[in-house]
Order: sequence, then C-alpha cells, then structure tokens
Amino acid sequence: MSVAPSTPPPLIELRRLTKTYGKGDAAFQALRGINLTIQQGEFVAVMGPSGSGKSTLMNLLGCLDTPTTGSYLYQGIPVESLNADQRSLLRRHALGFIFQGFNLLARTSALENVELPLLYRGIPMSQRHALAREALSSVGLPTKMRNTPAELSGGQQQRVAIARAIVTSPSTLFADEPTGNLDSSTTKDIMELLTRLNAERGITVLMVTHEDDVAAYAKRTVRVKDGHIESDLINKL
Amino acid sequence: MFFNALLIALREIRRNLMRAFLTVLGVIIGVAAVITMVTLGQGTTQAVKNQISSLGSNLLVLRPGSGFGPRSTSAGVPRFTTQDAQAVMEQVSGVAAVAPVAQTSLSTIYLQTARTTQITGSTPDYFQIGKWTIGEGRLFTDLDLRSGAAVCVIGETVRRQLFGSENPIGAKIRIGKSSCEVIGLLTAKGQSGMGDQDDTIVVPLSTLQRRLTGRTSARSVNQINISAEDNTNSDAMISEITSLMRQRRNLSANEDDNFSVFDTRQIAETLSSSTKMMTMLLAAVAGVSLLVGGIGIMNIMLVSVTERTREIGIRLAIGARAREVLLQFLVEAITLSCVGGVVGIGIALGLCYFLAQVIQVPFQFDTRINVIAFIFSAAVGVLFGFTPARRAAKLDPIEALRHE
Repeated sequence: MSVAPSTPPPLIELRRLTKTYGKGDAAFQALRGINLTIQQGEFVAVMGPSGSGKSTLMNLLGCLDTPTTGSYLYQGIPVESLNADQRSLLRRHALGFIFQGFNLLARTSALENVELPLLYRGIPMSQRHALAREALSSVGLPTKMRNTPAELSGGQQQRVAIARAIVTSPSTLFADEPTGNLDSSTTKDIMELLTRLNAERGITVLMVTHEDDVAAYAKRTVRVKDGHIESDLINKL
Repeated sequence: MFFNALLIALREIRRNLMRAFLTVLGVIIGVAAVITMVTLGQGTTQAVKNQISSLGSNLLVLRPGSGFGPRSTSAGVPRFTTQDAQAVMEQVSGVAAVAPVAQTSLSTIYLQTARTTQITGSTPDYFQIGKWTIGEGRLFTDLDLRSGAAVCVIGETVRRQLFGSENPIGAKIRIGKSSCEVIGLLTAKGQSGMGDQDDTIVVPLSTLQRRLTGRTSARSVNQINISAEDNTNSDAMISEITSLMRQRRNLSANEDDNFSVFDTRQIAETLSSSTKMMTMLLAAVAGVSLLVGGIGIMNIMLVSVTERTREIGIRLAIGARAREVLLQFLVEAITLSCVGGVVGIGIALGLCYFLAQVIQVPFQFDTRINVIAFIFSAAVGVLFGFTPARRAAKLDPIEALRHE
C-alpha cells in the first residue's frame, strides 16, 4: 500500500552526507554534512579551492565512491546501499564521465574509444558502430574516427571523450575540470559543446572547475569550502 | 559477456603486439621443446625397433662369455665350433636355420684405396637369417663354402669407398694377405644406431679360416646366428639351446654358463624402453621450460596490470564490473597462451620434420602429445593469468584513474 508521489523525485538528493578518510587520530573528514538537491536538466558548476572536498563530492556524486554517513538518492535509488558491481551498473546505464586528462585508451581509434561503453552494455556491433559514429559527428569529429588519440589535438581528444560519455545517452554527465588542459579558444569550443548538450538533449551536467569564466557557462554554481557548501547560487535562468 | 571479454581482450592484444609476442615467447619455446623432444624421442625408439628387426626377425644369437654390450666378458672363454652350430640345427626344436659366424678385422685394398673392414665368415644361411638380399651379382654357395673359394660379397659402404662409381662385380680386392674376387653386392640396409651394417664383407667361413686368418683350429666360430620358425616360444628355445651347449661344453652343475643366448626381440625391448626413458626425461626438462614460460606470462601480465592501471580505471568508471575486468585479463592471458601453444606446435612440427631428416629417424606425428601440449599451454594461461587478473579487478576506480 504505497502512495505514488505526485512529483517525480529529484535527480540527485544528498542528505547530511559525510566522508571520512582514515581512522582514529589520522582520520580526515573531507565532507562534513552536505545537503544538495539537483533537478533533471540542470548545469551545475562545483567550485572550490584544492582540498575543499569538491573532488570527494564529485566522486561520491559519480557513484565511484560511497559516503561514510548520510544518504544519496540518485533518481530515488539509495546509492550508499549499493555494492561496487551495482554502482558499476548504475554508472554504465545512467552516467557519463569526462576528465581533465581526457583518459582515452592509447593506440585505440576514436571510434573504438567511443564504442567502449556500448561494448559493456552488450549492444550488437552494427548498432554500436552507428551510435558511435553519430556521437562523434555530434561533437564535430565525423572525419577523425580512425585516428588514435596520439594523432589528435587536445581539444579533439576531449571531444572524443565527450562523445564517449554521451554515446549511451546518460541522464547525467560528470565533467572533472574538462578544460583544465586546454587553451582558451578550445576551452570556449568545449564549453559551448557542453552547453548545447545540456540545452538540446536535456543532459544534466555536473562540472568541477576552478575558473570563473568556465563556471559562467553553468546555470548554477555550488562553492565548496572545508567540506561544507559555502554558497549555492543561480547564475542565470 | 564472454564474447565481449574476448573482443576487448583481442583489442588489447592488438594494441601492443610486441608486448604480446614477448609474453608468449616462453610458451612458444616451451611447447615447441616438449613436442620436439617427444616426437624425436618416439622417432628414435621406432628407428631402434626398425634396425633390430632389420637384423632379422626371430633371431637368436649365441655368443661365448656372458652378457651383452660393454660389460660382456669373453676373454679366455672357448669359442664355438661348426659342429656346435650343426648340433643346434639338429637337436633344438623350432630352429629354421643356423649360421656359424667368425669375424675379424682386416685391411682391404683395391688399387690405391685401402681401409679396414670387418670381415665376416659364414655359411650361405647367414644371408637368409640376417635378412640380407643381393643387389648385384650373386651370393656364395655351399660349393664355394666347401672349396674355400676366394670370393666375397660386399656391403654398400664398402663398395662406395673402395670402388666409387666403378662396377665392383668381378673385381679382385686384397683382404689381408690374400686376393679375393667380389661376386656380389648386398642391398643396403642403411645407417643404424648400432653401427653401419653396410660396412661389411662376407666370405665363406672356410675361406676366412684358411686364407685370411690362417686360424684353422676347430674353435674359431665366435658367434652362432639362429633363426627360429614362426610362432615358436623363444624362451623355450633359449633354455633348450642353453642345456645343449652346457652339455657340449662339459659344464658341471655348479659352473656358470660360459656363453650367452640373446633374443633380438628382448634386445629390442630393452633398447626401446631405454630410449623411451630418455624421451620422458627430455620431455620433463622441456616441460619445465613450458612452466617457466607460464611464469613469464604471469610476470608480464602483473607488470602490465600496473602499467595499465589507468586503462582499468577508465573501464571501471564507464561501468565495467570487477568480474568483467577479471574476465578481460584472464581471457587475454588464455588467448596469448593458446596462440603461443598453436605457434609452438607449428614450430615444433617444422623442427621435427627437419631434424628427423638430419638425425635419420622416422618423423612420427603424435596427435596425443600435440593435444596434451596445447591443453597444458592453455592451462598455463588460466593458472598464471588468474593472479594478475584478480589484482586488476580489485583496483579502486578512483585510485586507478589518479594513477600516472
């Protein structure tokens, strides 16, 4: 006898989330009770000085790690009670990741890199190729499919990484300093690409950055300091 | 899931072919060594069997002294007489033919060419018992034997070395101090592990005694070759021959035999069991190298888990489960070791084909050892691939992604 909620649950809901590394005297509390709610379709920049706990927060949000206490509901699923394999499956089906260092497989073509998440999903080959081509086209690299990362520029590599992250049509895209290794004009290209994916496809984007001009692309900025949320502001509507 | 793991593993192998090659090199060498050793060993065993059966089937050899081979003691022991051979023929049941044999080593000269050859004196039955057939000319006859004619039959090696391309039939060669006419050339038996059987000159026994050695005493026969009829019990024959010879040599009950009877079949069994033992030993040594090859796979896989930590982190981040990473590394190891096994088998077969010709043993393809070696190499992949694979699967995605 359960009553259906009148509104769907928020995409992400954190309640009194803490994370402690180590034990006893050496214990270090990286997060000290985070409350955060993110709705589907938002574009959030997470900012903060190094050591503020923003990386820990991102790892928890990305289901790569588990909280020490508190609860994390992703689309209503209690992530803190999932085991490593279940979190893997959640990442596989709902999340996409892009990294500062691109993290593409070396000596592997752009197409095969983009195909990788589909391979783990068990998508048949013809469909896999079609989806990967489509993703590469949508990030503006329709002619670089056979090239390996070593044959691509930094901006192109990050585009391949974005294509890999969105090829599975995830509900959330996690971007960890996506422009940290790129020059300013390439940064602009990549940020416009992320903005477009957010606007056109409705993909929720969570991005860690420490550059204000990069954060300005986001609709909302969350500032983290000493394991607390210092501020949570709407940039634009 | 398994098909995916295979696809992912194959892509990883393709990404670094050099590393893959070095990884499997040990297995390739191990498998090739095991198969080569066993195949050549079995070829050698077969060759020994062939050679012994080419000496004559159902052949019994009676010799003075005791033992056979290096430990035999025949010094000071009386030899046999032609009457002994006659008695064996007449009194032992199941005997098909008997040939008394006297042997000596003498220099043989034809024109300017000289060499030392084993000269065998015997009766015409010698050829039949020893399975010799005539290639050209004729064998000597009972008439030649009775008259002690100065005739000889030569083996292929002697012909080649003394005559080269000349026709030897009708030529006169000097054996020791006498001259002898070549009347026949024996069909070659080929090189054997027991010496070159074709390096022989056979003359009538009487010719050897009267003309060549000058040893006309009755006891000049150093060996009696006996061929048994088909389907006779050689053990029964040996005991009959033994009691006959003890009686003829006046041995009292408390004296040991001062002669021995050998059954070529027994010798064949002894020799082939010792070559089999040798084969097992060599295969065991080669098996150790296969094991070392497996440890090589484990070593490189372990190193590559460290080297590929970031790759594993990427896979985990985009949603690979620990068991999929485990399977990927395990399948990589098994694929490598199986490919190594197949390549090793290929190399071994080529090597065996070539070496069998060089050392002149028959090339025998043994399916069993090839299958065993392949299964073993696959097992090596499972065994030594598991530890690195588990280590890879246990990695924490955050740590792995941070790894430089």
